[in-house]
Amino acid sequence: MAVTQTTVDTAAAMVTEAVPLADWLLVAPVLLTMAGGATAIIFRKKSFVQPWIAIATISLVILSNIGLLNHVLTNGVVTMVMGSWLPPFGIAFTADPLGALLALTASIATLCVAIFAINSIAENERRYGFYPFLLMLLCGVSGSFLTGDVFNLYVWFEVLLISSFGMQILGNEKIQIDGAVKYAVLNLIATTLLLTTTGLLYGLVGTLNMADIAGKIKALDSSGPVLAIAALYFLAFAMKAAAFPVNFWLPASYHTPRLVVAAIFAGLLTKVGVYALLRVMVLLMPEGRDWLASLIGLVAIATMLTGSLGALAQTDIRRLMGYLVIAGIGAMLAGIAVGNEVAISGAIFYAMHSVLIMTALYLLVAFMFQMSGTFSLRDIGGLYIRTPLGAAIGLVLLLAVAGLPPFTGFWAKLLLVAGALEADRGWVAAGVLVSGLLTTIAIGRLWIFAFWRGGNEHTMDGIQALPIAGSSDASEISWSIWLPLLALTALIVLIGVMPEALMSISDNGARTLLDPTEYIRSVFGGIR
Amino acid sequence: MNTLIFRTVAPYLSALMMLFSVFVLLRGHNEPGGGFIGGLIAVSAFAIYGIACGVSAVRRAMKYHPMSIAASGLLLAVLSVLPSIFYRQPAMTSQWLEMPFLGTVIDLSTPLFFDIGVYLVVVGAISSIALSLEERAD
Repeated sequence: MAVTQTTVDTAAAMVTEAVPLADWLLVAPVLLTMAGGATAIIFRKKSFVQPWIAIATISLVILSNIGLLNHVLTNGVVTMVMGSWLPPFGIAFTADPLGALLALTASIATLCVAIFAINSIAENERRYGFYPFLLMLLCGVSGSFLTGDVFNLYVWFEVLLISSFGMQILGNEKIQIDGAVKYAVLNLIATTLLLTTTGLLYGLVGTLNMADIAGKIKALDSSGPVLAIAALYFLAFAMKAAAFPVNFWLPASYHTPRLVVAAIFAGLLTKVGVYALLRVMVLLMPEGRDWLASLIGLVAIATMLTGSLGALAQTDIRRLMGYLVIAGIGAMLAGIAVGNEVAISGAIFYAMHSVLIMTALYLLVAFMFQMSGTFSLRDIGGLYIRTPLGAAIGLVLLLAVAGLPPFTGFWAKLLLVAGALEADRGWVAAGVLVSGLLTTIAIGRLWIFAFWRGGNEHTMDGIQALPIAGSSDASEISWSIWLPLLALTALIVLIGVMPEALMSISDNGARTLLDPTEYIRSVFGGIR
Repeated sequence: MNTLIFRTVAPYLSALMMLFSVFVLLRGHNEPGGGFIGGLIAVSAFAIYGIACGVSAVRRAMKYHPMSIAASGLLLAVLSVLPSIFYRQPAMTSQWLEMPFLGTVIDLSTPLFFDIGVYLVVVGAISSIALSLEERAD
């Protein structure tokens, strides 16, 4: 084209410096999972290669996330803007220690689920796309953790929601459709609220970039609209996170899908809601958080108590686990309610712990079902003698979820309680401790009934009942079930024994959230 | 919908619409159009053909399974994000290649391939839904 060359100074609108290769780690999880998911769809008829496509992809994602976390910890917050357009116009991907840590944890949990599913998802369900859905779910979750743009966050929420709808009804049972409807309706309401609130926020500050919002909200002269937006965001994300009183959808739907599916849901989905709360309440609108602190504290305590009391009341193991998820959400909310560095660090640590432990616990339920043939606490029993290793794994995981030392949950709760006492919010600390006690009773009941008691509830002490028909022997349990269970348990013990490294990361994450200077500088201070 | 006139016209109409959808796809970068809207036009073409001649005819005409088409589109879109890695630029930065072709210059760019990816995703996903709905109606 013979057009006269005009010189335009692109430096005002575009990134002109060379971008270090390591910054690509920011987008790698999303791109890898998308490409892997697409490949898995193309090969959906070849159900034997499906798991290996997924496992290979997720392993790459884990490696890339390890690299990203390392990059963030050595060089500070990292930002990459899409298409070279400078922020706030280009969509920014920004990773701080919080996002990078959760992205890594999520990919580890997903890998365990992908391995576990090899022998526990039926072949026709594999053809209906279990693995593509799993990869796209991880894509949405990683995108949520790494994006630096509020509207983009909404888009990633959609990606993970649509994948989760698909996974939830895998199996086409009536009860699954019932669970899926409850799950879908409440989540769609929450998503609509999220989008509306984002619209209001855009109307207020005229930008969607998180760093830009954090800066501009401080400069506003009237705080009323910000408080209203913070309250709306709190409601929207509390629904997603299953906080009291909008938590009823979780126990109503998490027992219906396949247990591996429930494992990944319990591990990842609610945590994305908590992550979004941390991001929006602490980084973007600290003023709104201060204003709502007492309310968040009350919601947190109510959530913890509903969770642990619900867990005590259940006789179906799957429902019991659903309530344990809710109790954990309450603990993380308590960290947000307190809001000082120690408590936020505790909430981040708890989120990481919760991803691992809830995934592991649902996998444990699947294992227990295979060993005993029942989900009912009345009928289950005698597992200790049949699988001592399984009993040991179960004990570790259950103690960890209750927050007893020396496992991960203990350190998270320690930070939460220490933070609450430091901030003079003893009642929040009391809530965390009481809920911990109730959870301990609930899990003690579960472990004693399932492992120690000889058989069903009518079995006398000291008698070993015959296993229920249809349950398998410990020797029939395949490696694809042992491996993820043992790996997750080992990780939980390892982090529990040596928590310093992760605590320093979560401290770092809390500092970055509470003082957004570094975050803003990473987005606007020129891209290194 | 089993009238002679419709059955005779439908293949020509679908062919015309397919052509138009490609036109809309290609003009998308600088003018109204693009992968999404182009894809929708293509799906309507398949839908009309399906109403006239039956779902199995459409499946034969598409040659590949709609889900595979959608997945390959997604793969193409992901690949189109990558080239800027070689120029040390952020992801999705557009790369242009001016190619002389029969006396004119054709601008090939990564956004074009991204758009083609979107086009394929829309064609695959929506026609997959439309075809299974039409199959139910039979």
